[in-house]
Amino acid sequence: MFNIVIVGVGGQGTLLASKILGYLGTVNGYDVRVSEVHGMSQRGGSVVTYVRLSNDKPIYSTIVEQEQADVVLAFEKLEAVRALPYLKEDGAMIVNTQEILPMPVVIGQAEYPADCMARIHAACKQVVEVDATGMATACGTFKAANVVLLGVLAKKLPFQYADWMNAIENNVKEKFIDMNKKAFDMGYNL
Amino acid sequence: MKQLMLGNEAVARGAYEAGVAVVSSYPGTPSTEITECVSTYPEIYSEWAPNEKVAVEVAIGSAVGGGRAMSCMKHVGFNVAADPAYTVSYLGTNAGLVFVVADDPGMHSSQNEQDTRFHARGAHIPCLDPSNSQECKDFVKLAFALSEKYDTPVIVRLTTRVAHARTLVETAERENVPLRDYVKTPQKYICTPANMIKRHPYVVEREEKLAEEANSLPVNRVEMAGTKLGVITSGAAYNYVKEALPEASVLKLGMAYPMPKKLIEDFASKVEELVVIEDMEPFYEDAIKSWGIPCSGKDKTGLLGELFMHKIEQKFANGKEYGPMSTTDIPVRPPVLCPGCPHRGLYYVMGKLGLTVCGDIGCYTLGGAAPLYATDTCLCMGGSIGMSHGMGKARGWEQAKKTVAVLGDSTFCHSGMTGLLDMAYNGRFGTLIIADNSITGMTGHQNNPMNGKNIHGEPASALNAEKLCEAMGIKHVVVVDPFDTAEVERVLKEETAREEVSVIISRRPCELIAKRDRTPIHCDTEKCKKCMMCTKIGCPAIVKKDGGVWVDPTLCVGCGLCQELCKFGALVK
Repeated sequence: MFNIVIVGVGGQGTLLASKILGYLGTVNGYDVRVSEVHGMSQRGGSVVTYVRLSNDKPIYSTIVEQEQADVVLAFEKLEAVRALPYLKEDGAMIVNTQEILPMPVVIGQAEYPADCMARIHAACKQVVEVDATGMATACGTFKAANVVLLGVLAKKLPFQYADWMNAIENNVKEKFIDMNKKAFDMGYNL
Repeated sequence: MKQLMLGNEAVARGAYEAGVAVVSSYPGTPSTEITECVSTYPEIYSEWAPNEKVAVEVAIGSAVGGGRAMSCMKHVGFNVAADPAYTVSYLGTNAGLVFVVADDPGMHSSQNEQDTRFHARGAHIPCLDPSNSQECKDFVKLAFALSEKYDTPVIVRLTTRVAHARTLVETAERENVPLRDYVKTPQKYICTPANMIKRHPYVVEREEKLAEEANSLPVNRVEMAGTKLGVITSGAAYNYVKEALPEASVLKLGMAYPMPKKLIEDFASKVEELVVIEDMEPFYEDAIKSWGIPCSGKDKTGLLGELFMHKIEQKFANGKEYGPMSTTDIPVRPPVLCPGCPHRGLYYVMGKLGLTVCGDIGCYTLGGAAPLYATDTCLCMGGSIGMSHGMGKARGWEQAKKTVAVLGDSTFCHSGMTGLLDMAYNGRFGTLIIADNSITGMTGHQNNPMNGKNIHGEPASALNAEKLCEAMGIKHVVVVDPFDTAEVERVLKEETAREEVSVIISRRPCELIAKRDRTPIHCDTEKCKKCMMCTKIGCPAIVKKDGGVWVDPTLCVGCGLCQELCKFGALVK
């Protein structure tokens, strides 16, 4: 069983990531739960999506709770810090090093913590830092950062490379497939 | 192969398979995707109605006329629809009639933690409560069967964690359900007192029969394990109970109302301790206690927020206590108006003028947050107008001349028109701003009666707000572009100072649907005087950096509002 928590900022494309994971689980015969965030929270706020995949134990709950996550996939550094309590003791954190300033920071009421990475390393033994936004930009658009991060995540899940390619083909618009595969490879070959 | 479906998509699939003819709804999180998904089935007529009351009336008309019908809404939407819903319980239906109502424990995107089960009891309408997407689909089909068997509307109640979770679903073919005959039956379908006095006993009797059938209905299911602890639960809470208390026996209530008394009595007799674990109010618990069956639950789970697995484990199985989930020493990240949002210019000016702003439900509610701070109140759909009118009546002209009501195009169509009519009819003075972004924004971009497109995006009649205001007898109707902040300021000053009723239409399409050049802006550091004027609009893309500003190119959409505020021409494309 795998519990994955995807966190980021509304508009970063976390929904595509959970959609691809849900698809992978389904075609590979897993029982699947994906819990999404809609509405208010999409407007630039913190977003959290839960993905649960199981081919052994029965699963019921659609959410992942504290200390239950095998992997946290964080699209933004501050959101990675916020999501640390989700991690199991031996859980892994994959973090995009992009910084998006929340409104209290933009207007000078708060400061963006300078020690995000230190906090993450202190709380988690398995950290992968990725400049996914930079890599995606190199592939054609910063928006493909979600797929770069999936490429990194692929190494921690029991699916074959071909499964991932198939999942991308079936979940992104045709004209973006090649670019997304390129973005995936950048994360996968890290 | 089973398909991974959102609970809401599964509800739509259930309607499709049940041979539904008509679906009329108003969007509202967490219910919106049901009707969006229904609109992809060409076999079903679907529409966005101006509000939930109209939507339910359309569904009732279809059902009485012989075609299976469904109407979907969020929990507070059912309050709007309550008038027809409570009475159609007496009328009964002809073809199947189902209301899908989505509650939001934890208030992920809602204004209260209202529990729809009370409406079911209040209106004497049976209520089903699914736990996952498969059940969403199956329960909708069951709802239609019960509706026709008992001549009653049926509520399918969802909660956010069911509506917005994807789980696996086995699909089936669409059932061929021919249109039923429509026979004129005034004694049943005209709600005069004389007719309804005769219908009321039927409602009581129907509920007794349903309560009896509830004892053997397969969706009310006992899963026996140990006899030490028995749990009565339903909906999303069932999922948490199964993981938190694997040793406990469970009575899962697929039908939340009416409740299966015999089944509960029997279950209670087989376990040493009985607890009730339910989201929101002690709906089951109070009923079970009223039957003299000892049980507990809410004393441990409380009334606030949503349940989750750890909470149940802690309260009922001495599970581990976890520390707080939220870290207080890092900045919060609240939702904000999007970069390029047309409401930003309007809210910037209203804040600058220090107006008392009676706001409303929609994206523009976010104009109340820092740094714009430009909203005083927000209550319910369309409530802005009545509140500003009432405030002016209580406090007089001195208050009224600095008070405005603000609501969006979809909210205006939903419940604003009658409020405006009151202002026109009884008001003497008052200012309304219709923030017309040509879409229902917050719920994810649904067409509405003001933007000239139907649910499929095809051309439809568009409400002309200017002419409507004129027809109400309002003499002053002004249209402004919210990004022309100087003009917005001039018009706001002029119209609020006027001792008459005026309407300002602030018109610019939602940034997320607008088609235009999105080249991001950057700051020319040579020209920038570091005055920070551009940060006053609360745009998430404009970041304070090295004493000046930096525009984040991954967020900026090049709307140009900041360029208008910069006196030094430092913000350039």
